[in-house]
Amino acid sequence: MTVMTDLGVDLGFLKLKNPVLTASGTFGYGLEFEPYFGLDKLGGFVVKGLYFDPREGNPPPRLVETPSGLINAIGLQGVGVKAFARKVLPKLRGLGTSVIVNVCGADDDEYLSVIEFLDREEGIAAYELNISCPNVKKEGMCPALFPGPTHQLVRRVKSASRRPVIVKLSPNVTNIVEIAVAAEEAGADALALVNTFLAMAIDIETRRPRLANTLGGLSGPAIRPLAVRMVYQVASRVKVPVIGMGGIMTGADAVEFMIAGASAVEVGTASFVDPDAAVRIVGELGAWCAAHGVARVRDLVGTVRTA
Amino acid sequence: MTIDRNARVLDVQAWDDYRLLSIASPEIGKAARPGQFVMVKVADRPFPLLRRPLSIHDADVSGIRLFFKVAGLGTEILAGKRPGDPVDILGPLGKGYTVSGSLKGTKDYLVGGGRGIAPLYFLGRELKALGAEVVVLYGGRTRRDTPLAGAFEAAGLRLLCSTDDGSFGFRGFVTELLGRELAGTPADMIYACGPDPMMKAAADAARAAGIPAELSLESLMGCGIGACWGCVHRIRGETGEGWVKICEEGPVFPAERVVWTE
Repeated sequence: MTVMTDLGVDLGFLKLKNPVLTASGTFGYGLEFEPYFGLDKLGGFVVKGLYFDPREGNPPPRLVETPSGLINAIGLQGVGVKAFARKVLPKLRGLGTSVIVNVCGADDDEYLSVIEFLDREEGIAAYELNISCPNVKKEGMCPALFPGPTHQLVRRVKSASRRPVIVKLSPNVTNIVEIAVAAEEAGADALALVNTFLAMAIDIETRRPRLANTLGGLSGPAIRPLAVRMVYQVASRVKVPVIGMGGIMTGADAVEFMIAGASAVEVGTASFVDPDAAVRIVGELGAWCAAHGVARVRDLVGTVRTA
Repeated sequence: MTIDRNARVLDVQAWDDYRLLSIASPEIGKAARPGQFVMVKVADRPFPLLRRPLSIHDADVSGIRLFFKVAGLGTEILAGKRPGDPVDILGPLGKGYTVSGSLKGTKDYLVGGGRGIAPLYFLGRELKALGAEVVVLYGGRTRRDTPLAGAFEAAGLRLLCSTDDGSFGFRGFVTELLGRELAGTPADMIYACGPDPMMKAAADAARAAGIPAELSLESLMGCGIGACWGCVHRIRGETGEGWVKICEEGPVFPAERVVWTE
């Protein structure tokens, strides 16, 4: 017999109506998707990364498709916090879902300026600290590559912010568990992983990189097993909730991440292919749980049988 | 802006690497305007993953037609579609060409080459219906790159062709043909579609003749709906220039706003 599954999840600092969020950088500012489905169907969404000032981004080409995913080097083009607060945020209030703002910074002080500014605004459920975008500095440098800078930044942000802070980790490290533990010890309320994998594609005819930025970040189904592995490793070690992402295209993929230890998931590249992918995944996740007699979706979390 | 998952291929015409797909999709057909595009799902599998952006070649209440050239795995798969096959289309998207009011007594040049001719059929039909005198300049590398020449003539549009090798019509680039035509007879508006170097040449010819132009720009696209910021071009705005999303503010831009970076 089938059951009606309770899809609600509680991250401790935030209750979500279901565990499906959309990933920063793949969902614009949310409003781009309003023509395609009711945003209130989502557990929440993470808006495109915000620096304090508007940011121009990288020259094109910014995208290249590879098997089975894409490499992007957008360079975090964006409107900046002031335009976001004035023009975008008022439209996001009252959408009936949790709005999470992805926070960027060229240095620690800029992260703090963004949070100080946004702390005065209403309608934000949490911050996702983007310490891991590979496309904005040479060779993909970012705080999330080292435990020390991660710890220092997260501690400063946590002591300044009035809102919960999710720390988004880079997979471009030797041992992601070490970075995850540093973020947790510094007070992170949750960890989101993974950001894109530093990658490159070359046009063999011209011998030029396919991206103007030379390097970019790989996302899509190609990275899913790598991401599942990292979610499993991290969730086995930390106590804070883990939000898993990396090539989730279907409800079954979301189930896999939750069994690996994710309390919630973010859908990214799938939204490019189908604007309504995230809401379809909510439906597929519910149907899978119902068909498998799972009464509460949170009962899936970390149930991988490795012994 | 609809995701039509029940669209169906009605007819496929093929010339070498070029294809003309007629697709039943009433909702998208009714809403489409000249210069807009659709994002077509290639296959329901992880690779090729992204939808492909294609200009709307023609539209009516029953659906749309898409004209494209096989240029890679995605378009190769689309080229294999047969009548009756289902196809998943997102659209119509973007801002198209300016077409409005009575155009009686006006003369417009439509400039396209190869697959870039795609949106100019729909546009030419609409301009003609509003009373404009339309001259289509259709270029290709060789005669084999101008398979739609007969279709434009059948629609009652005046057609001038150019080929790089001189195998058909004027020998040279279609933008050189445009320059020659403008030297002889003035026009009110130029509409063009194609790759950047050709659009720059069309913009130069228009500026030299003092005639306004609208250009449809090409780009790879991640999503087509403004979410990924992957398809930008350098564009001049009221507050300076920057990288602007082709899918959202374009694909059609007034020529004077387009900044050429190479």
